[in-house]
Amino acid sequence: MTRKQRRGVLIGTCLLVLGVAVGLVLYAMRDSIVFFYTPSEVTAMQIAPGQRFRLGGLVETGSVVRGEGTTIRFVVTDKSKTLPVTYTGVLPDLFREGQGVVAEGTLAADGVFHADNVLAKHDEKYMPPEVAKKLKEQGVWRGDAKASAGEPQAKVN
Amino acid sequence: MIAETGHYALILALAVAIVQMVLPLIGARIRDQQLMAVAGPAAQLQFVLVAIAFVALMTAYVTSDFSVENVWRNSAVAKPLLYKISGVWGNHEGSMVLWVLILALFGAAVATFGANLPHQLKANVLAVQGSIAAAFLLFIVTTSNPFIRLDPAPFDGQGLNPVLQDPALAFHPPFLYTGYVGFSMAFSFAIAALIDGRIDAAWARWVRPWTLAAWMCLTLGIAMGSWWAYYELGWGGFWFWDPVENASFMPWLAGTALLHSAVVMEKRDALKVWTILLAIITFSLSLMGTFLVRSGVLTSVHAFAIDPARGIFILAIMGVFIGGALALFAWRAPLLAQGGLFAPISREGSLVLNNLLLTTAWAAVFVGTLYPLALEALTGDKISVGPPFFNLTFAPLILPLLIAVPFGPLLAWKRGDLLAAAQRLTAAACLALAVLVLVLAFRQRGPWLAPLGIGLGVWLIAGAATELVYRVKLFEASWSEAWRRLRNLPRSAYGTALAHAGLGIVVIGIVVTTAWRSEAILAMKPGDTAQIAGYTLAFKGVVPRQGPNYRERVALFEVTRNGEKVTELTPSKREYTVERSGTTEAGIHPSWRGDLYAVLGDQLKDGAYSIRLYFNPLVRLIWLGALTMFIGGAVSLSDRRLRIGTPRRAQTKAATVPAAE
Repeated sequence: MTRKQRRGVLIGTCLLVLGVAVGLVLYAMRDSIVFFYTPSEVTAMQIAPGQRFRLGGLVETGSVVRGEGTTIRFVVTDKSKTLPVTYTGVLPDLFREGQGVVAEGTLAADGVFHADNVLAKHDEKYMPPEVAKKLKEQGVWRGDAKASAGEPQAKVN
Repeated sequence: MIAETGHYALILALAVAIVQMVLPLIGARIRDQQLMAVAGPAAQLQFVLVAIAFVALMTAYVTSDFSVENVWRNSAVAKPLLYKISGVWGNHEGSMVLWVLILALFGAAVATFGANLPHQLKANVLAVQGSIAAAFLLFIVTTSNPFIRLDPAPFDGQGLNPVLQDPALAFHPPFLYTGYVGFSMAFSFAIAALIDGRIDAAWARWVRPWTLAAWMCLTLGIAMGSWWAYYELGWGGFWFWDPVENASFMPWLAGTALLHSAVVMEKRDALKVWTILLAIITFSLSLMGTFLVRSGVLTSVHAFAIDPARGIFILAIMGVFIGGALALFAWRAPLLAQGGLFAPISREGSLVLNNLLLTTAWAAVFVGTLYPLALEALTGDKISVGPPFFNLTFAPLILPLLIAVPFGPLLAWKRGDLLAAAQRLTAAACLALAVLVLVLAFRQRGPWLAPLGIGLGVWLIAGAATELVYRVKLFEASWSEAWRRLRNLPRSAYGTALAHAGLGIVVIGIVVTTAWRSEAILAMKPGDTAQIAGYTLAFKGVVPRQGPNYRERVALFEVTRNGEKVTELTPSKREYTVERSGTTEAGIHPSWRGDLYAVLGDQLKDGAYSIRLYFNPLVRLIWLGALTMFIGGAVSLSDRRLRIGTPRRAQTKAATVPAAE
């Protein structure tokens, strides 16, 4: 094999692998991407029943109802619109009323969001950044004030 | 007083790092021996100073000195000692100090053990290390000072996030950081070579042990993180393709490629430019991992930093180092002479294929991880790219590599014989096929791809064994001859075989667990029984219990199989008193067959509890395989050749021992 042929084999293999990779990425991008919406966005736009998306917001205080077996109903709010959610399974540790939550699933024709996954939060101070942003925009954000209240004064030595 | 000493030591370390960065670089430029000689002692002094700061912080934690804000935020009196210590790096500021400590440790190691390095190379390497240390020390001192005082000092701290109070997680960050930061050595050597405009096989021989050590630690660090997520988060899964996991997985993939391309460079003096680029990419990915995890761009257990100034600072550090390195590469790389030629079918060729596939797989993960961030920054649309994307892209790209792995070590350098290698692998292929057919025949359910995956794992393990068998001439020479050869085989050969076999073990573990796991979510009342994977679980009830710094409600399950008692499972829900938050502790019964895994959920309205049960067959193999890979790396690292370091003329040495590797 000449030098030129060797280089040809190398470049050819590289292009082949890269081509396959780009094809796979584009194909996977089409089918396995999930959008994130808040209840306001869900009510504002037409979402086809059966389309998967993530719903983010706060669990409305007093809305959690336990149904048959391990089924749970609650309402997600972004302080302007609300959306009822039903979920069957074990809720994450930090699922609380009034706290941030992200649920993944589909919207049924009756307007109820059927979640098959409620995301666990690692920290009770955590709030989905999208929700925090929304709350700030609507002027109901209390997170920062709460976090700094009652803490002793910090000073640099 | 101790906190002030630590703070002072950090600032001194910053000053020393700046000296270490500037003087040797000038010295190397004007060939001044004395200026270049500053590098070594400066690196050692910098390490001592950072170590003082680290010990000061640890002292504050162990003695629960709540006048230090960082301790107050992340510790509490009632916390067990282990978690007081691990609390040092269980927060943003402390973890950055640990990062710099490991960086300084690597620099000091080069200064101490690099006596036979060419002076100019050593000076340049330490100068680059100094510049990285200076950037991160500046970051700590200006935006993340862990020694800020509180006045008045509170009586008790706020405690550490309960999910972090766990033995595996206590050691996960040090290993992960040693991996991340260890790649800085390869980076520094690459930059030094570019500054010099000169590179040879001795360079690769110097870089390899550092890269190998870093790779080993990263492997173990990732495995520990995955293990922790498995038993602590209560989802029964071992890998979620979470952006934070990807942030550590990408440097691992690039580092694995680097490890293999450095072999080609050392043995055959080829792929020089590529190896340099890969060294830059690997450390860039480590920096990016640090940025993604620490900047708060991603929300997760790792996102301690919410202060945007920190994110921008790390982004700036990243921009300077990655941009600078790539610019230097574009400018100087054409100066580096191209080395040995090789045919496409050869050991070099197989390692090129390895690099090609690993790099593409890495790029696919990269796109999936960063696309949502880029899209949100550009259009404001919020999306999440989940496991389906990664399974669809990563798996097909890595599959050909797994098939090719056993061929590589059996091909000769320069020009290999694929047919001969295939003949030698006949036994391994037959074994893999036999296992495949057996599994296919006895499989009751699960995807048809799963037996193929198991066959692939067996193929990897048997292929690794084949290489050893042929190198010791097990069936050709007499037993005593084979034994003699076995003992004389270089340790790096054992290392390679172990690491490749470890990969096979991981593959089997992942495939079996994914394909045949059983899951059940039930509402159970005390007295109820449940069936899963041949086990019968009798729910006895829930009792309260008091731990050192938490209260918990423990469920008791009696597990029987075929009427015989196997074990008792006690999953619990813990409520941490100081931190006022809870964790779920899974009850796990490990066995070679698989893990029986139970999680206690909330109490339902009719007095029942929601219970989640899993059976994860052969899941232990995933971590056992990773451990095998780590051991393989360690065995290879102990090879005499790497330990002794480089002779002055490595090319002639390589020519006299063609059989090595």
